[in-house]
Amino acid sequence: MSTKRTLFDKVWDSHVVQHIENGPDVLFIDRHMVHEVTSPVAFLGIKNRGIKVMHPEKTFATADHNTPTINQHLPVQDPLSANQLKALEENANAHGISYWGLGHEKNGIVHVVGPEYGITLPGATIVCGDSHTSTHGAFGAIAFGIGTSEVEMVLATQCIMQTKPKSMRINIEGTLSKAVTPKDVALYIISQLTTSGATGYFVEYAGEVFRNMSMEGRMTVCNLSIEMGARGGMIAPDEKTFDYVKGREFAPKGDDWDKAMAFWKTLPTEDGAEFDKEVTFDAANIEPMITYGTNPGMGIGISNGIPDAESVEGGVATYKKSLQYMDFSEGDSMMGKKIDYVFLGSCTNGRIEDFRAFASIIKGRKKADNVTAWLVPGSHKVETAIKEEGILDILNEAGFELREPGCSACLAMNEDKIPAGKYAVSTSNRNFEGRQGPGARTLLASPLVAAAAAVTGKVTDPRELMEEILAG
Amino acid sequence: MAYDKFNILTTSGVPLPIENVDTDQIIPARFLKATERKGFGDNLFRDWRYNSDDSPKKDFVLNNPKYSGRILVGGKNFGSGSSREHAAWAIYDYGFRCVVSSFFADIFRNNCLNIGVLPVQVSPEFLEKIFLAIEADPTTQIEVNLPEQTITILESGEHESFDINVYKKANMLNGFDDIDYLLNIKEQIQEFAANRPL
Ligand code: SF4
Repeated sequence: MSTKRTLFDKVWDSHVVQHIENGPDVLFIDRHMVHEVTSPVAFLGIKNRGIKVMHPEKTFATADHNTPTINQHLPVQDPLSANQLKALEENANAHGISYWGLGHEKNGIVHVVGPEYGITLPGATIVCGDSHTSTHGAFGAIAFGIGTSEVEMVLATQCIMQTKPKSMRINIEGTLSKAVTPKDVALYIISQLTTSGATGYFVEYAGEVFRNMSMEGRMTVCNLSIEMGARGGMIAPDEKTFDYVKGREFAPKGDDWDKAMAFWKTLPTEDGAEFDKEVTFDAANIEPMITYGTNPGMGIGISNGIPDAESVEGGVATYKKSLQYMDFSEGDSMMGKKIDYVFLGSCTNGRIEDFRAFASIIKGRKKADNVTAWLVPGSHKVETAIKEEGILDILNEAGFELREPGCSACLAMNEDKIPAGKYAVSTSNRNFEGRQGPGARTLLASPLVAAAAAVTGKVTDPRELMEEILAG
Repeated sequence: MAYDKFNILTTSGVPLPIENVDTDQIIPARFLKATERKGFGDNLFRDWRYNSDDSPKKDFVLNNPKYSGRILVGGKNFGSGSSREHAAWAIYDYGFRCVVSSFFADIFRNNCLNIGVLPVQVSPEFLEKIFLAIEADPTTQIEVNLPEQTITILESGEHESFDINVYKKANMLNGFDDIDYLLNIKEQIQEFAANRPL
């Protein structure tokens, strides 16, 4: 066994309160993000035990999962949603937790606001009752989703019980081609590893491609770690990370900052450290991706055809059932497929960089008449930036409207549901049956591919439109 | 929340030979709006189980009176997708105490263990045997023995052993949850917290 340690080892080991022989580790949690859907039962649980939240100052609550994305100033219509929002507000107040409810300037999707306000820090342990908590791994944190019993556990004890997962490193060297975004990188990895390819592992992303990526891009990649079954994914913190964190509201200041920096700089994986599994891909092989089936592993380069059932791993019957749901056939080309909806948003692609990318394609064009587009910023901060950078004008001129922040059609708990049988090109993270509404058909893709679909009304290679821009 | 102790379970099984059954199928997101933990069993597999007019879909296994029992037998990669613990609640609330598959998604497995549903991972071959045995006779009895960590098709005597973490096993046998354990070591946690820089 090598004594060299990985980034993951260092962060994990520094948080172990107790190691139970033949059992899980008791892991201390630095930051706990809470939202309205997976928390009420947990708060009820600690109430029934007659205890209080142990560390309210390490707990942050926002409303996002079932909030409306229009008219947020009006009372929430759906009584069940309104009930959950009220419950969160009351619970937050009762325990002294900061709560960023609807209309609050800091409100937004839990995984978007965490980084924005410096709650997300390198070397920290971060949990939330939402599987895409893996997003925060972009900062070199160990971040993962937990179930409601575990939410209760963290509220009650600031700890969680987990067995240390195995480690995997995914290396991608080289330079990405034009129009290939972090989303495409992630969809490509999942298509290669399948949706269970990293189950039981915690992933570190390494290599040139991730080093060159913006913090927003790294968040997109880490966000999707869960879609290949991984517990989470992380990227070593570097200057880019520190620059991003510095000065944010909840980030350490002054002396604390210097101390934190000294610790953070020791975090990257040492040369010679061993991983339980290591895979390497070549950046040159990745093109803009799109999914054609009902799990995120069913993705292909946009110019390819849908694979034959025989050529894919796993059950033929399951594969055929999936294509049947989508009403696609083996061998079909994805290009030119007519679409009905476009969703730009979610904690995967609802940050400012994603809106910039979307705007770069639609600028000077018009929304296709057959397309309904929902453009939903990940937070008020993103919304403000969209306005300040002039992106809103570009969107409006092209016939698009901007909605208010929230999870929206990512999981369709609010009104933003794709109708049965309709096709949506979505920048979110899951294309499961019914995820975006009962019977909805989801094609996962990057903001560039979503933009190309939004202006042409069909699946279109964004590179074609970018060429026009260059030529024009 | 404490739950019933789990020791030896002998019952028939309900077969769901589909791979990658994700938590959105087990309990669709629109049913996550509750602020209490009850009634989820009614919406277990909602969209596979009911038509949009709420009439039952005849061909779905939970609507087939031939099949019953407290073991749900699913295809490979069961419970993938969202971390929603509601999926495990729905399974528990419907009356299942055990899910058998050849592979489980991580979070789902953990959620099950936390709330008293035993996930039993068997080999693909054994899973196939269970499906065949149930197909041949829907009342076929399956014994899940937690102390011994074995699963047996009683009629043929075919069996396999399964893994479970020693700690989780003790909790399951006693009906304890993790919070009971953690509250016991509260002082140690507080001391650790006092030394954390963040
Ligand atoms: S946007 Fe989607 S994945 Fe992200 S937190 Fe909201 S529901 Fe979860």
